[in-house]
Amino acid sequence: MKLSGAEILLRALELEGVDTIFGYPGGAVLDIYDRLPFSPLKHYLTRHEQGAAHAADGYARASGKVGVCFATSGPGATNLVTGLATAQIDSVPVVAFTGNVPTSMIGNDAFQEVDTVGITRPITKHNFLVKDVKDLADTVKKAFHIARTGRPGVVLVDLPKDVSRELTDFFEEEYKTPVQIRSYKPVLKGHPGQIKRAAKAIASAERPVLYIGGGVVSSGASDLVVKMAEVANIPMVATLMGLTAVPGTHPFFLGMLGMHGTYAANMAVQESDLIIAVGARFDDRVTGRLSDFAPNAKVIHIDIDSAEIGKNRAVDIPIVGDAKLVMEELLPEVEKQVAKNREFYRVREKWIVKVRSWLERYPLWYEPSDRVIKPQFVIEKIWEITKGEAVITTDVGQHQMWTAQYYKFRYPRQLITSGGLGTMGFGVPAAIGAKVGRPEKVVFCISGDGSFQMNMQEIVTAVHYNIPIKVAIINNNFLGMVRQWQGIFYDRNYSQVHLDVQPDFVKLVEAMGGVGLRAEKPQEVEAVLKEAMAVEDRPVVIDFIVDREEDVFPMVPPGGALHEMLLPNYGKKKEKKAV
Amino acid sequence: MEKREERKHIISVLVENQPGALARIIELFSSRGYNIESLNVGHTEDPTISRLTMVAKGDEHTIEQIVKQLRRIVDVFKVRDLTDKRKLDRELLIVRLSVDTAEKKEEVKRLVEIFGAQIVDLSHDTYTVELTGDEEQVDAFLQLIKPIGIKEMARTGRVAMVRALQGDTFSDER
Repeated sequence: MKLSGAEILLRALELEGVDTIFGYPGGAVLDIYDRLPFSPLKHYLTRHEQGAAHAADGYARASGKVGVCFATSGPGATNLVTGLATAQIDSVPVVAFTGNVPTSMIGNDAFQEVDTVGITRPITKHNFLVKDVKDLADTVKKAFHIARTGRPGVVLVDLPKDVSRELTDFFEEEYKTPVQIRSYKPVLKGHPGQIKRAAKAIASAERPVLYIGGGVVSSGASDLVVKMAEVANIPMVATLMGLTAVPGTHPFFLGMLGMHGTYAANMAVQESDLIIAVGARFDDRVTGRLSDFAPNAKVIHIDIDSAEIGKNRAVDIPIVGDAKLVMEELLPEVEKQVAKNREFYRVREKWIVKVRSWLERYPLWYEPSDRVIKPQFVIEKIWEITKGEAVITTDVGQHQMWTAQYYKFRYPRQLITSGGLGTMGFGVPAAIGAKVGRPEKVVFCISGDGSFQMNMQEIVTAVHYNIPIKVAIINNNFLGMVRQWQGIFYDRNYSQVHLDVQPDFVKLVEAMGGVGLRAEKPQEVEAVLKEAMAVEDRPVVIDFIVDREEDVFPMVPPGGALHEMLLPNYGKKKEKKAV
Repeated sequence: MEKREERKHIISVLVENQPGALARIIELFSSRGYNIESLNVGHTEDPTISRLTMVAKGDEHTIEQIVKQLRRIVDVFKVRDLTDKRKLDRELLIVRLSVDTAEKKEEVKRLVEIFGAQIVDLSHDTYTVELTGDEEQVDAFLQLIKPIGIKEMARTGRVAMVRALQGDTFSDER
């Protein structure tokens, strides 16, 4: 039977297991949107294409499935760009479909024409321009295969308008056969010899540290990594992307490392004699001054992308492979090696005692107040009210770092945040995607007054589809993180960071059809959170008016080594809280 | 990573013969700040597969990164650093020389003979010479004819292939 390109696309998406699309129509995708009402796919109309890309990303991160977004040509495609770059750098599987002008018009500077594949080439794992409807089904199949296998990433498929109109044969049985891409064969299984060497190094090290990245979460290796830490008594530290791999309250977990990492996590790395990096990439926000990162440590680096190995830090034992498959082989080897080493527990106990003492001596800390709302206090309260079970999305800035520090996560994929690109405006649309992907969970977006204003139009999307996300605006009337840097490194020369002129967020959200709430005193925080939790049919936005000049600590100054971090002023130590 | 000595590397890449593939390779160099000295592209015995031969300068760490980053590209089959392999390594040069005197004409003919080059085009006062050789030969020839007067020149960049008895050619692996 002959189908049009549009019909083939929609049917192929179904066969890929897609049930949800975030998108925005326009001239070049009219034929696709014409067939959409006849497809079982659920389409969410966002209020901006950037929102569609972030929602697809949030959906993918929360559910582990591939996120899908649609946009038209020209401005539709360019509006996707920030969202796709955000997903790509955090290795999130997203497939984007864009319309384009008819093949006969390509290159003519036609209305709403841009070179979409050219623009998106550096921010996608791969992209395709489909010039013939006969290639469409095969291209869709390849796009999903590339997005979800190996190191996951973004694939964009550009569809000229005539391609979605033309008819051709579509054979479902043929579509269901496995994909073959002759030039693309990701390495998934680790090298057995290297795995044995790694196990020996792990069992014989005196001061090992497990450095856990986002790859552990996305490959589903969390339980195996935690098990290895328990079997071999290894303290764990995590990157922003890897935080949810470990239960936040695990006794061997020292918290996040890096620029705003805990004292214990950063010091453990600096004093370590063996770093076991799993699904992490030695990013500059993690390592601080690279030449002094873990100066006395050997490095085992497990990663699916061989280009990450040795990119920033020289590696002693490289293992290329999927974190889960490698851990499945490594864990039993480590168990064997540990059993052989009689000195093992005595040596390790000393190390564990030492790192735990750092946690107690220099915990995360802020000075509580009963006069103004402390931003960290809001996050602790959100944790309490949601029983630590909510899926949390964030925007980018101080509130993001406080969330990473103070919300103790319980299960993988619970934190959805723009780690690599640091995209303000990510939080609200990502929360919409996350809630669609995990409807049974409470989804809380923790945002800032700057970030919220970058994509606040998506509250309307949440109203449109009755998506009951909760948004907490940590409102300090500043671009807080930039202000913090100007305060510490630019002699308090606050330049263009004042957000004194601001909408009344409560009225604004009410005008969009959501529920707007506000808290101005610490005593009000719990009550408004309870009120927000009771809303089940609409988005709720809570405007928390917080202490304006609170800084995020610890902080490794730019160019500093991890042990050179600035600590909070532990003035009233009796109030100090354990991490 | 510590700094190491920079030198020229010759890298051979087998890639799907598609427009996007070449664009991705070129963009990789510009986006990651690597320099290409020369780049040559043509299809192989299989017309759907192209061979790129590129010369890039860098220390070992940089070159290793270039090779790994190239391998990540979905359309790339194989990447090889041929620098330290026994290989056939050739470049084609076409150069138009200004030969307005009899002495210059004689000098060019003499050099052409020594280098095994050919005069492939001429006018009253120019000779156009074609030379195939490895990079050293081409450079040496250019150095000697430079004083005569180069009007225009084109070089293909190097193409290279591992020698058959080296035992690790691309075709063995495919």
